[in-house]
Amino acid sequence: MRGLLDKYAAKLVTAGLAEPGDPLLGGLDAELEWNREDDATPVLEEVIGGMGINSILFSRPAEPYRTIIEHLCRGEVSSIRPRDAETRTFLHDLPVVRELAAGPLLEKLRIRKSVIVPGRGIVTWGTVSPEQAFIFFSSVCFACFVKFFSDLLEERRQGGLSSLSRTVLARVLEYLPEYPADVPPLMSGPFGKEEDVYAAVAQAGRLTVENGLVDSFFGNVSLKWRNTLYISQTTSSLDELEGCIVPCPLDGSSCVGITASSELGAHKETLSRTGADAVLHSHPRFSVIMSMDCAEDCPDRGYCHIRCSWKRGVCGVPVVPGEVGAGPTGLCNTLPAAMEDSNAVIVWGHGLFTRSIGDLNGAFRRLLHIEGECRDLCISMLMEDH
Amino acid sequence: MIRFRILHVDLSSRGLHIEEPTPEIMAECIGGKGLAGHYLHPHVRREWDDPELPLLFMAGPLTGTSAPASGRICIMSRSPLTGAICDCSVGGSFGWQLRRAGLGGIVVTGRASAPTGIEISDGSVSFSDASGLAEAGTDLLHRDLRDRGAVACVGPAAFHGVRFSSIMVDGVYAAGRGGLGLVMASRNLKYLTVKGTGSVPAADPDGLREAAEDIRRLVAAAPALMGEYGLRNCGTAACYDLMSWNRMMPTANFRRTFFLPAAGMNSHAFSERWKPRRVGCKGCHIQCKRVGEDGVHLPEFETMSHFSALLMNTDLDAVREANTICNSMGMDTISAGATLACYSEITGEKLTPSRITGLLMDIALQRGEGTLLGQGSRIYADEMGHPDRSMSVKGMELPGYDPRGAMGMALGYATSTRGGCHLRAYPISHEILRKPVATDRFSFEGKARIVKIAEDMNAVIDSLTACKFFFFGCSLEEYAAAFSAVTGLDVSAQDLQRTGERIYFREKMMNSSLGFSALDDDLPSRFFSEPGTHGGGIEVAPVDREEFLAARQRYYTVRGLDDSGLPLGEKIIELGLEELS
Ligand code: SF4
Repeated sequence: MRGLLDKYAAKLVTAGLAEPGDPLLGGLDAELEWNREDDATPVLEEVIGGMGINSILFSRPAEPYRTIIEHLCRGEVSSIRPRDAETRTFLHDLPVVRELAAGPLLEKLRIRKSVIVPGRGIVTWGTVSPEQAFIFFSSVCFACFVKFFSDLLEERRQGGLSSLSRTVLARVLEYLPEYPADVPPLMSGPFGKEEDVYAAVAQAGRLTVENGLVDSFFGNVSLKWRNTLYISQTTSSLDELEGCIVPCPLDGSSCVGITASSELGAHKETLSRTGADAVLHSHPRFSVIMSMDCAEDCPDRGYCHIRCSWKRGVCGVPVVPGEVGAGPTGLCNTLPAAMEDSNAVIVWGHGLFTRSIGDLNGAFRRLLHIEGECRDLCISMLMEDH
Repeated sequence: MIRFRILHVDLSSRGLHIEEPTPEIMAECIGGKGLAGHYLHPHVRREWDDPELPLLFMAGPLTGTSAPASGRICIMSRSPLTGAICDCSVGGSFGWQLRRAGLGGIVVTGRASAPTGIEISDGSVSFSDASGLAEAGTDLLHRDLRDRGAVACVGPAAFHGVRFSSIMVDGVYAAGRGGLGLVMASRNLKYLTVKGTGSVPAADPDGLREAAEDIRRLVAAAPALMGEYGLRNCGTAACYDLMSWNRMMPTANFRRTFFLPAAGMNSHAFSERWKPRRVGCKGCHIQCKRVGEDGVHLPEFETMSHFSALLMNTDLDAVREANTICNSMGMDTISAGATLACYSEITGEKLTPSRITGLLMDIALQRGEGTLLGQGSRIYADEMGHPDRSMSVKGMELPGYDPRGAMGMALGYATSTRGGCHLRAYPISHEILRKPVATDRFSFEGKARIVKIAEDMNAVIDSLTACKFFFFGCSLEEYAAAFSAVTGLDVSAQDLQRTGERIYFREKMMNSSLGFSALDDDLPSRFFSEPGTHGGGIEVAPVDREEFLAARQRYYTVRGLDDSGLPLGEKIIELGLEELS
């Protein structure tokens, strides 16, 4: 377990989710192990002992998440209800407790995957791996980031930002990392060997993470080569795709794609409708925020993620509704048609899809460009108000 | 509060009575597997053919409500194949009809003087003479009885004494493992039918609707369920290519782990050939079963795997035919396929398609070589002087996941209370299907606690009588919400998990009272000495014996067992089970 605890402690830091030395991870097999010593371990030991879990994570979030989360937790808030589709699906809501004590933590963690303790940090857990705790931690940060900016955009629409909001926004913007200006080209097609296809998919995934275009390292990448679609596996980490790419024959002659990304159907349909060879999907924060910003007085408000009937766009990119996966309100029903008319589409509150021909260069650059535009647009809309 | 009315049937006297377990018992047992264990425990030392040993049919608290895929039922008793406790979660509509008939379960004891049927219709229970039906196939019986509601019955194999006889529900849903069909036939009970017209109320209908929506949303997001190659689109056959790709398809009686012709015997091949439509259990929107356009049910993954790779058979028709014979005669396809593979290795005979189907009929009717084979691979291999050729744990044959390809699976096979079964810990979920996240399948690191937690969770799922497949997408969190909404109790996922620990630990206690110990929590020696088939960049080494034993030891610590695998007194007290020890 120790290896996994160290791995995810380090990953929290490289992802900008926690500061060095902050993540505390515990893993339990027959014995409980920690990645480091900390005063909080007795409380967390009690928590882990009171639950059927095998790992626990406690850490202060790094900036700007810390400022954002403290802001969202002010007053008597007992839970944060994120609006983005992904978090709503998997985490439901984000409980808040006011002290780092076993009783209150257990009460919430028994029903939810995370707890925020204002002034202290975030606690999350896993049943089979510390990776789950890492993912939940990352998702909490992402959801709060999205909610913070969405709330401000709404506040702006309602008449302008309060002085508190402006102060917090200024602080958050100071902590935002620079947007990547120049990115070297990705491997270019046409590809002669299958191993190059695997390498190209893995490289696109890694660069997507390195350039801060994802939440929790999640998203998916696919590249068509001959009669097979090479696609990242479900729950794979975009920065570690080696060994996690599944070759799905396009004639449907094999079911190995059962472990492919949940968006396999949307990728395949997009490629077949458009003649493209590659699809890249990730959850860039500002694209997600801007997709949710809508001024329409609409009877579907509250259900935008499944049945927005307006033809909307952000920075010239269409926005469509659709949930994760292949259900009746799944994005597989909305995305491919929209991709016919545009090489990029944002799924409401979820993420951005881009496509390209030959290799992943076009898809990657489009993704990078759109997120940059959404970021500029969001910030300029909020700063207008200053 | 959960209110369950349990029907007790004494076949000897044709006596009937209704009993209601107390709220405390229901809280401790949930329903299904937990409640069946409650009724079995006091009698567990009775032999499988002792008429006083109960045969239990238990629905769950969610059965009959709108909670997705909770219409299953648990059937439990002692196994004639292993001697251990044995329970099977089986789909179809039996549980759903039972709850609508106002019942939560049936406890069958006694022995009828001649083959008998029990027919339940709402408030009425009647017995019928089934003397002329002992040799009737389960498919024909279902066809003739289905206007009386759901049907649970045994086939000819059970009446002939096959130790891996199944109980078939609605013709095709098998309570397959462990020979519960033989227990039923030993009571001269050929079938039960049940029809109900009532409804099952929920304390909080809005809460149940919300929980059901959460469950459906998560199911939709799970590629293994609703994805293009998931269970809805490809049935359980979807796992076939995956096992082959991962070099863990049991081949030639587990001598190899890769079968080259498998690429042409997969879900796609069956679909091309028989153009199936999807069917499935009551209350389930996945519908993972398949019926060909000629009306014949297609085999599920385990059956496909064992009747192709395990027997080195390349004839698709023979796989389907073997499945049809096993279902109609009432035999577990996994044990039947694995016992034939054991036979093939010991005799050196390569089984042709006609030999496979011929031997299956011989087993079912207990004639010729089939007489001994019908006792299962362990007894057969012992008798033949090659006990190491039975690929079984506690006498139950292993299914279609080679343990050399997944260390959690290796440990889970060894610790399962019913023997060589993948469904107690179901490590395939994280080791192969990457749910909830992927774990390193070639490592034992962390697996002891993971196996223990999963066993507890699956004990809950089988007590709720939900479908395990749904947990490739959702978690106990959503089902706890559904449970709370139905019962009006405020119960969290972790509360249920704790109850699951108690349910599973009680099974360990029952097995230990039957003499099971660490000596039985082990794998066939082949897995520690012979490698699997390398290829596709995957090395399949033998399981490291030392690491396996160390992981098992850690499991014992986590589970509250001593070094011999026996329940520790302090754990018994901690779980409040001292009255039962
Ligand atoms: S997924 Fe399959 S086994 Fe599970 S309830 Fe649905 S039809 Fe039955």
